[in-house]
Amino acid sequence: MNWFYFASPATFYGLAGRMAPWFFVTAAILAAWGLYLGLGVAPTDAQQGEVYRVIFIHVPTAWMSMFLYFVMACYCGLTLVFNTRLSAMMARAIAPTGALMTFVALWTGSFWGRPTWGTYWVWDARLTSELVLLFLYFGYMALANAFEDPRRGDRASALLAIIGVVNLPIIYFSVQWWNTLHQGSSVSFKGTSMHVTMLTGMLVMSAAAWMYAIGATLVRVRSVILERERRAQWVRNLPEAA
Amino acid sequence: MSGEAVSATTARREQARGSFAGGFSWAMARDLRLAWRHPDEAVLTVAFFALVASLFPLGIGAEPQLLVRIGPGVIWVAALLAAFLALPGLFAADYVDGSLEQMTLSPHPALGWAAGKIAAHWIVSGLPLTLLSPLIGLQYGLAPDTLAIQALSLLVGTPVLSLLGGACAALALGARGGGMLLALLALPLFVPVLIFGAGAAEAQATGLSPAPHLSLLTAGLIAALVGLPWAVGAAVKIAVD
Amino acid sequence: MPEVLQVRDLACRRGPALLFSGISFEVAGGELLCVRGPNGCGKTTLLRCVTGLTRPDEGTVLWHGEPSQTDPERMRAGTAFSGHLPGLKDDLSADENLEFMLRLRGARSTPEERREALAAVGLEKRRRIPARRLSAGQRRRIGLARLALDPAELWVLDEPLTALDDAGQALFIDLLARHLEGGGLALAATHHRLAPASGVVRELRLA
Repeated sequence: MNWFYFASPATFYGLAGRMAPWFFVTAAILAAWGLYLGLGVAPTDAQQGEVYRVIFIHVPTAWMSMFLYFVMACYCGLTLVFNTRLSAMMARAIAPTGALMTFVALWTGSFWGRPTWGTYWVWDARLTSELVLLFLYFGYMALANAFEDPRRGDRASALLAIIGVVNLPIIYFSVQWWNTLHQGSSVSFKGTSMHVTMLTGMLVMSAAAWMYAIGATLVRVRSVILERERRAQWVRNLPEAA
Repeated sequence: MSGEAVSATTARREQARGSFAGGFSWAMARDLRLAWRHPDEAVLTVAFFALVASLFPLGIGAEPQLLVRIGPGVIWVAALLAAFLALPGLFAADYVDGSLEQMTLSPHPALGWAAGKIAAHWIVSGLPLTLLSPLIGLQYGLAPDTLAIQALSLLVGTPVLSLLGGACAALALGARGGGMLLALLALPLFVPVLIFGAGAAEAQATGLSPAPHLSLLTAGLIAALVGLPWAVGAAVKIAVD
Repeated sequence: MPEVLQVRDLACRRGPALLFSGISFEVAGGELLCVRGPNGCGKTTLLRCVTGLTRPDEGTVLWHGEPSQTDPERMRAGTAFSGHLPGLKDDLSADENLEFMLRLRGARSTPEERREALAAVGLEKRRRIPARRLSAGQRRRIGLARLALDPAELWVLDEPLTALDDAGQALFIDLLARHLEGGGLALAATHHRLAPASGVVRELRLA
């Protein structure tokens, strides 16, 4: 398979359009299944009661917020090293979804914190670093759109995203490095401290978040491509351009 | 053209060579001389620092116990804001008058002059803040050992602010949104520096060891020294493109 | 031996529009290549692509037969760029500006050399006052003094005659002639007709 064939915005535009609905459908099915497991089947937690069920949204979005930043930074690296156009467009398309995931993770976290810790917000290492991540997404989007010449915005924001990568290990290891209020991870490669249904529900919801993020990115990258390539002949030949 | 003149030209061509040290010393010497001609910028930075630090007791109340508790944090926040406000001047003038183009086209590696410019900038912004901090600390009634740790944490932390801020200032050159955009880019990246810097002085004030905070801050400084001059050079190249 | 500067199939787009494409030329020692064309045809961008300031979308620049990206510092050491922006510091004197410009180019200069170069462009008496108090033409003349002392083999000049009076233009043409005579080469974007007393002058038209 020739990867460079799909690295051209013109061919990727069509491919993304054909793939996006499938990702959304898969995301909806997985989310329905995951929510059924999480809200209906999984047992009540012995210590936290029903409140814990927020993790079925909170944990998948928190994972995605970091993972999407990492993927975005990888595309940014490609942009700087190979000067490819599509990678910059992909990075721009990922950022809003990443910011959304970060926001949902913070929001659900504070709704969980109120009954559990007695406060919506604490300035602990993980919450603070996740908040910084939200601002990094905002900064990336602001810088990418702050220039007359979009290529300049691509490259400047790519460098910013790469500098911001240092925040990822800080978020990830913050619960281990500092004695924080935020609980440690319940899932690890050695085994888990969770009930099997809880774990299944959480993993299914993560898969749903993943599928949604890919679908949303593909839809958004299509509009970025259209905007950037509006003068190109292939865009004028599109049936929707008529 | 005489043979003598031709050989002089050839000789000059052969000796012209770039080096890290050449770029570093060039940028340091030029920026420090410019700062010396216009000391008002450095003075304003320091005055802003002192002013902001003095506003807190007026706003929060001047009970000695409260001041001792909030002192280290307030001084660090004030220093951070002062260091931030000094950033736009770092590259803006060189961008407008074309010096950045000439630097990019210089045989000296970008790493050299980028590091030199940041170093000169730190000498006229971060260093005076560090030196003044014990005086402000006295106003907050901090103990001598806390003052020393405070100054030490600023000495290690402000270069990191200059490096991170320098990279952001170079990225924001020619962008719409000016100062607000720069704040959005730089301040989130400053957060870890603030946490460890203020944490060191606070630990000392409450009788704990400041060593863990200071070692993390030093590790941050080393990482910043290794990676960020390169990023500043790359950002300038993007800016003049 | 290959020509000093070879440019192959250079193409550059600005935004969605293609500025130029398929530009190829060669410049040898002792040659001046004048880039001509109407405003907005991409003369400045072409010069910036050759120096490496702007990344071309396609094409390569060869310096002494080697792609400029393999050893960019070697090409930069041999190239002096004079663009729309002078790169002067208002708070420094003509002499200081000249000293720092040359140091940035990796060249050492003695005060005596700088005094002579500034005298040659008519700034001997004004060499110690801040550049902000010099006229536009006098500031351009600092640039001429810099070219005279710059060790570069290639001069890349964007509208070199702007703001210069007749005497200044004559000074520049004289400098250019000496540069070409000494085996140097030059690439200039200009609307004027440059006719130095020595060297080969060729033209490149951008549509």
